[in-house]
Amino acid sequence: MAEPRKKLKLATATLAGCFGCHMSFLDIDEHLFELVEWVEFDRSPFTDIKQVGACDIGLIEGGLCNAENVHVLRDFRKHCKILVAVGACAINGGLPAQRNPIPLRAILDEVYLTEPGLAHGGIPNDPELPLPLNKVHPIHEVVKVDYFLPGCPPSGEAIWKFLTDLLAGREPTLDHTLIHYD
Amino acid sequence: MSTLETAEHPEKLRRVAIDPVSRVEGHGKVTILLDDNNKVHQVRLHIVEFRGFEKFIQGRPYWEVPVMAPRLCGICPVSHHLAAAKAMDMIIGAERLTPTAEKIRRLMHYGQIMQSHALHFFHLCSPDLLFGFSSEVARRNIVGVAAEYPDIARQGVLLRKFGQEVIRITAGKRIHGTGAIPGGVNKALTREERDTLLADVYQMIAWSRDAVHLVRRLFEQNLEEYNAFGRFRAHQLSLVRADGAMDLYHGGLRARSMDGDILFDHFDYRHYWDVIFEDVKSWSYMKFPFLRSLGPERGWYRVGPLTRVANCDFIPTPFADKERCEFLAFDDGRAAGATLGFHWARMIEMLHAVECIKDLLHDDDILGDDLVTSGERAGRGVGVIEAPRGTLIHHYRVDENDLVIRANLIVSTTHNNQAMNEAVRQVAIQYLDGHEVTEALLNHIEVAIRAFDPCLSCATHALGKMPLEVELVDAEGSVVSRLAKSSDGSFSA
Ligand code: SF4
Repeated sequence: MAEPRKKLKLATATLAGCFGCHMSFLDIDEHLFELVEWVEFDRSPFTDIKQVGACDIGLIEGGLCNAENVHVLRDFRKHCKILVAVGACAINGGLPAQRNPIPLRAILDEVYLTEPGLAHGGIPNDPELPLPLNKVHPIHEVVKVDYFLPGCPPSGEAIWKFLTDLLAGREPTLDHTLIHYD
Repeated sequence: MSTLETAEHPEKLRRVAIDPVSRVEGHGKVTILLDDNNKVHQVRLHIVEFRGFEKFIQGRPYWEVPVMAPRLCGICPVSHHLAAAKAMDMIIGAERLTPTAEKIRRLMHYGQIMQSHALHFFHLCSPDLLFGFSSEVARRNIVGVAAEYPDIARQGVLLRKFGQEVIRITAGKRIHGTGAIPGGVNKALTREERDTLLADVYQMIAWSRDAVHLVRRLFEQNLEEYNAFGRFRAHQLSLVRADGAMDLYHGGLRARSMDGDILFDHFDYRHYWDVIFEDVKSWSYMKFPFLRSLGPERGWYRVGPLTRVANCDFIPTPFADKERCEFLAFDDGRAAGATLGFHWARMIEMLHAVECIKDLLHDDDILGDDLVTSGERAGRGVGVIEAPRGTLIHHYRVDENDLVIRANLIVSTTHNNQAMNEAVRQVAIQYLDGHEVTEALLNHIEVAIRAFDPCLSCATHALGKMPLEVELVDAEGSVVSRLAKSSDGSFSA
């Protein structure tokens, strides 16, 4: 990479995802040390910054399964110049959206009331628990998304190529070996 | 059990929340209720997301399960992959895998233990331990560690990378690979692949030993604080091999009371419901498992590295076993009962995993090509494995059309639900009680949670997710964004 400039701010968040996209981000391995020459982390599960600040790039993993996800996503959109949907869950709901054909109530009943092996059943209902949405939604249904990085998860190489393009001011391009839709 | 689970008059108290809990995998949140004198009245760790996997997996063909289940958790996908595959081995009657298949699966699993433990220690927790629990927020992350201790950060990244490469070579890709199938594996190992791994494995063993010694030094430097931090007594549960050895891939269940007595041993996990039940509490989507014989109040237990290292009789690889003995003897055994002892035990397990990888790479069976077996078809399959975070249970029933009709999962972090709540409450009493709440003090709560390496993604499998957030709200004032349930059980905002 060329001479480092003023560092860009990078934030990441996981909504209704499995954290695998964040793990894939770490699969850039030693490139991590190069990356931090270029960017400074803001809110991310890898830092203790809990409120997102003004950022250049925001990476979002996961779709929307509850009210809190929606809140975090909107906040990210507001604070990030470029918002990237990373992985199948953010792009189309992914595995969590497999629950969509089934009424939410039926799932809650099965898991918390009728499953064998339960002592005291009961559906959790504390005000501290965010309201689950009836269906899991992809993030583009709620906010404008600037880039979509497909894959479950997109590989570390794909994430690295994408970020280096972006940081160098090029339009990110991934050749077909780096794009897969698993 | 501590008494801080439920305050008598919550409406009179001030709420402090840690939301989201950071440097853990997935989403969790802690709420603390305090009175005007900052006395702590209630502390809860909530899992706030819910998935419903047990329900929506129904109607899917059984061979899809080992591919879908890993998507519950991207940190330990191999554990879900293998637990599901083990359950499906039972469904297709593959009682005993071919030696090559079992060894390739073990290789995959040890790669997983290694990468997960390295990730947890270096990327997530080392900032607390190296800089101190109260160090400044901006520095408390892997970037801060890389700036101050470049060698430690680099070794952590490369240890994780090696584990990920073991997984890629055995499972097809680093995250959500598909190498295990009902009855065996679908990919043999080539000589070149083996040799690539062999070239680096001795370096990995050396670095893993260094990592164990690093935690030991940290304990020596902070002996009183580390031993007392979030300390509590718990029963313990893990798999052990028939001869009592640590075995992270297969074995029988051993439970030990908090006094060290064996409660049951070599219990056949295919009937786990005879010994483990689950409880539900209104304030978390994560269930609360307990030992049936002791009941929900007294029967909760702890799983994971700290439990496994103490619960087995020995570790069957030499370097790790030596470290185990030193750990158990350290400070008259007090480190082995400390919440922060998790980190030490985790590094011992990482060393064990790398030693196992080395042995497997030297075993000729690993290059074999007899990969799949089957037998008499059954309707029920149970797969249990020691995942990086502890005992992981997958249980399925499959009908004559090969479709899943029932599923139950008890993931590692769920087993630790009550234990984590206990640790957090102890820390709240030790550090918060009577003090002005500060960011640094709240990080102590998170340090306790992180010791367990909770995977809040996994624990979300039912319909939940766990965030940790920090804010102060006046009891009289604004109530937090609200999830209310009416008497008929329906939800409203
Ligand atoms: S896209 Fe795949 S890897 Fe990423 S969060 Fe979703 S399930 Fe996990």
